[in-house]
Amino acid sequence: MEIKRTITIGSEEETRNFGLALADELAAGDVLALIGDLGTGKTALTRYIAEGLGIKTRVNSPTFTIVKEYREGRLPLFHFDVYRVSDTEELFNIGCDEYFYGDGVCVVEWADLIEEILPENTRHIYIEYGEKEGERIYKCSF
Amino acid sequence: MGIETSCDETAIAVLADGRTVLSNIISSQIDIFKNYGGVVPEIASRHHLENINGVLEEALTAAGVTLDDIDLIGVTDGPGLIGALLMGVSTAKALAFAKDIPLVGVHHLMSHISANYIDYPELEPPFMALITSGGHTEIVRVEDYCHCEVLGGTRDDAVGEAYDKVARVLGLGYPGGPKIDKIAKEGDPEAIHFKRVYLEKDSFDFSFSGLKTSVLNYINHEKQAGREINRADVAASFQEAVMDVVAEKAVQAVARSGMKKLVMAGGVAANSRLREKLGALCEKEGIELYRPHPALCTDNGAMVACAAYYKYKSGQKGSLDMDASPSMAL
Repeated sequence: MEIKRTITIGSEEETRNFGLALADELAAGDVLALIGDLGTGKTALTRYIAEGLGIKTRVNSPTFTIVKEYREGRLPLFHFDVYRVSDTEELFNIGCDEYFYGDGVCVVEWADLIEEILPENTRHIYIEYGEKEGERIYKCSF
Repeated sequence: MGIETSCDETAIAVLADGRTVLSNIISSQIDIFKNYGGVVPEIASRHHLENINGVLEEALTAAGVTLDDIDLIGVTDGPGLIGALLMGVSTAKALAFAKDIPLVGVHHLMSHISANYIDYPELEPPFMALITSGGHTEIVRVEDYCHCEVLGGTRDDAVGEAYDKVARVLGLGYPGGPKIDKIAKEGDPEAIHFKRVYLEKDSFDFSFSGLKTSVLNYINHEKQAGREINRADVAASFQEAVMDVVAEKAVQAVARSGMKKLVMAGGVAANSRLREKLGALCEKEGIELYRPHPALCTDNGAMVACAAYYKYKSGQKGSLDMDASPSMAL
């Protein structure tokens, strides 16, 4: 995956600003792949994207249910966490393509686990720990 | 009859008069999931499909009844894994249609709360409930058998989820809750100080994501320094940091409400440290604590039947076009 830009995020506030700005650019059918270790803040970033879309409901981890739907914003948001999915066949069985090619925005945590079934236009964000405490590096494919 | 398939258990129970358990059959699939470090959704749906007829038959036989004796069917219609939920809902609808039996869909968390009515025949609402499980961490004010108000919940990971993730990092396997609980008994809860996250004053919300990250940072740091990790100490210290906050907030909520009863619900209610801590705090505050038997804390059909019984009695009925809903508010 070609990295178009690398952004250093120094705080939760900067995560929020990034998420809000990103939300403004999103259109129906967009898929965002968030890739990073446990604890890098994938759910936190998703929360701010949701806020940017005008979603008021609390966005928390979808690890347990694999996908959570939020429909009250500018666009529907489908928040995936595929951490517990062991092969892509399983995701097909819960109807992931209806979400990926649907009328909303999909944010997929641990997307590297299901890379082969992501739509071609998927935007990737690789999240890494920075040098300093609380710092994160976002490597974006867009 | 209560049917529960929201996650990894295929469970069906038969109750008499809403609170007396005639049978409570659970086809636990935990063994299948041990290799995966978590519940695998497709496997869950497929095994529900394979299990459900056998579980149904067993539930009827053990209760000494036939389908003709069933006068209400309750089923979990959300929240949960959509494929898994649909197995229970489809089964319930088929039975209701074939035998012309009334049908009621119940919220998974209302069922967990209702588990207490089975273990404590004298218990009646209102009371405060602490629901802790793989997918939930909520403090709920239960007004009556069908109505409740969520006072606070997790902003990120659920308790059970934090346990699963930390257990995975420690190489303890799935499910994380019982594994950490067990190994923590051999560790020192004061060995490592993980920060307790209470959020804003007066908030009944929870946040465990930061704690999870702290545990990860600690492990990575120790590994880089070439030091051996004492898994029992990490587990005990993590558990202490989680349960200090959970127990204190729950008791605070009861105290502020003026209620005198606290009810535990959900799979994590089986955690021994949480039971100890709440036991001690409630005694100090003069709060009556209800701790259902661990077998009723994990997913089961009996709690679904009980919740359905009260929902039906209040006049709420489901219909054959009922659908499962993966994200359902309480």
